[in-house]
Amino acid sequence: MDAIDNSAAVAQEPKKSTAVARFQARETRRKWLVAGCQIAFGLSFLAFWQYSSGHLIDPFFVSSPIAVFAKLWDWTISGYLWYNLSMTLFATGLGFAIGAGIGFVLGILFGRYKFVADVFDPYITAIYSLPKIALAPLFIMWFGIGLASKVAVSAAVVFFLVFLNTFSGVREVNPIYIHATQIMGANSWNVMRTVIIPSATAWVITGLKVSVPYALVGTVIGEFMSANRGIGFVIAQASALFDTTSVFTGLLVLAIVGSLINAGLKLAEGWLLRWRP
Amino acid sequence: MDAVIDIRGVEKRYVGRKGETVALQKVDLTIDEGEFVAFVGPSGCGKSTLLNMISGVIEISSGTIVQEGQAIRGINRRVGYLTQTDSVLPWRTVEDNVALPLEYRGVPRAERVARVKRMLELVSLEHFAHAFPKELSGGMRKRVALAQMLVYEPKTLLMDEPFGALDAQLKLVMQAELLKIWQSEKKTIVFVTHDLSEAIAVASRVIVFSGRPGRIKHVEEIAIPYPRDVFKVRFLPEFERAYESLWQELAPEIERGEDL
Ligand SMILES: Nc1ncnc2c1ncn2[C@@H]1O[C@H](COP(=O)(O)OP(=O)(O)O)[C@@H](O)[C@H]1O
Ligand SMILES: [Mg+2]
Repeated sequence: MDAIDNSAAVAQEPKKSTAVARFQARETRRKWLVAGCQIAFGLSFLAFWQYSSGHLIDPFFVSSPIAVFAKLWDWTISGYLWYNLSMTLFATGLGFAIGAGIGFVLGILFGRYKFVADVFDPYITAIYSLPKIALAPLFIMWFGIGLASKVAVSAAVVFFLVFLNTFSGVREVNPIYIHATQIMGANSWNVMRTVIIPSATAWVITGLKVSVPYALVGTVIGEFMSANRGIGFVIAQASALFDTTSVFTGLLVLAIVGSLINAGLKLAEGWLLRWRP
Repeated sequence: MDAVIDIRGVEKRYVGRKGETVALQKVDLTIDEGEFVAFVGPSGCGKSTLLNMISGVIEISSGTIVQEGQAIRGINRRVGYLTQTDSVLPWRTVEDNVALPLEYRGVPRAERVARVKRMLELVSLEHFAHAFPKELSGGMRKRVALAQMLVYEPKTLLMDEPFGALDAQLKLVMQAELLKIWQSEKKTIVFVTHDLSEAIAVASRVIVFSGRPGRIKHVEEIAIPYPRDVFKVRFLPEFERAYESLWQELAPEIERGEDL
């Protein structure tokens, strides 16, 4: 039997028409233009910073880009950067994994059982509106000064964001898909694996993306208060010594790490959600 | 022949904030094993509602539906159901969608791949095995759902306007395929359509529903013998007679349906 109405589909890559080629060329040009402007802006900002440091403002307060990059280079060579950064990354990663894992599982359970969700709703809202960072002193009391309290802070922050997003994602699942797969023979685990989890993926990823900076903030704040190692500790120590250059260098490292994690999640999102229209 | 589906005094009332809507009223119908039954009627008369009750997706307000001696309560896993709305999973490729019921049954991978391939050839989507549903037209997605339903070989098929989105030519091809499968595998089919000629061409019995609230208004036995050639069947005198008679029943309902 011959195919008849396959014209609407694009499964096989057709030959590019000139219109398509022109459209793609325009898109590419635009992308380069944006990148160029971004670099130009960054460089002018650095130039302005360098100029104003010493000319307009006392370098004691704003340091200067050259000093910051020199410091970063120093730290990299001496191993000081990795020694502290690895600690921060480990605590963030662990807190992230614990918070996201528990948030995901509970989000799915609450999403599936509407009654439970309705019962707990006011309590969840109440805890959600607490600034999670305010929990840090409590965690330090419970877990003492060290890794555990930092992990607890970032886990608490990530938990709520992932939990609420997963929950909404599960509530959004189209019941048609659930019924259709059940009729085909799916048991509840099959429905979970092939319908609910994939359908909620977009929400879960959003939760993860939003919580990355918070997890980092949670760890760093933990390190401000109680640590002897980690980027937060480095920043706190430097500020106590009025070492502005080290403070800026620490902040720069955090900014770079945050952007890299987000870029990674964006790639994962693009792949996981490639089925979306 | 035995009754596969026995519908007794079935009613459906949708309860909403603004009170009750009666979608179906007092439906009695017995569908025998190996029958090919078509439902026609104005839109909104409860055809989809009835299929949803047979498949157990929605509750029956009153009355009973018994399939092979077992009353339907909750999801009915003894039917294949091609729903009117799109139910193909958007996050799975075409082949992974078709493989889904086999996956649920624990069919080994090698056998799964072979059966999926055969089904995709049947609905002529073999070049789209790796495409996601978003890349397909509505008619193509319907064919994916059809392959997905046929691949696990349920004995009883419920089909809600399966070929409505297809162009005229492909529609005939699919009707011919369906008739072939129905005959060779001795299936029982309940088929909803808004196309009267389609109903007459494929079905052994056509049920006409009245406008809302839906009731069975008329039952027409189609005397055209099988195997039928769907490409030529409409030139037969029996076809014309059936068409005349069904149209007389249906036309006033459709007019009534419009001012509802
Ligand atoms: N979930 C629902 N809630 C309320 N009313 C509904 C619902 N589903 C269908 N109906 C109503 O029931 C009637 C029958 O609908 P349906 O079975 O879809 O008709 P058909 O498939 O024959 O076009 C319609 O009037 C429709 O508005
Ligand atoms: Mg319908």
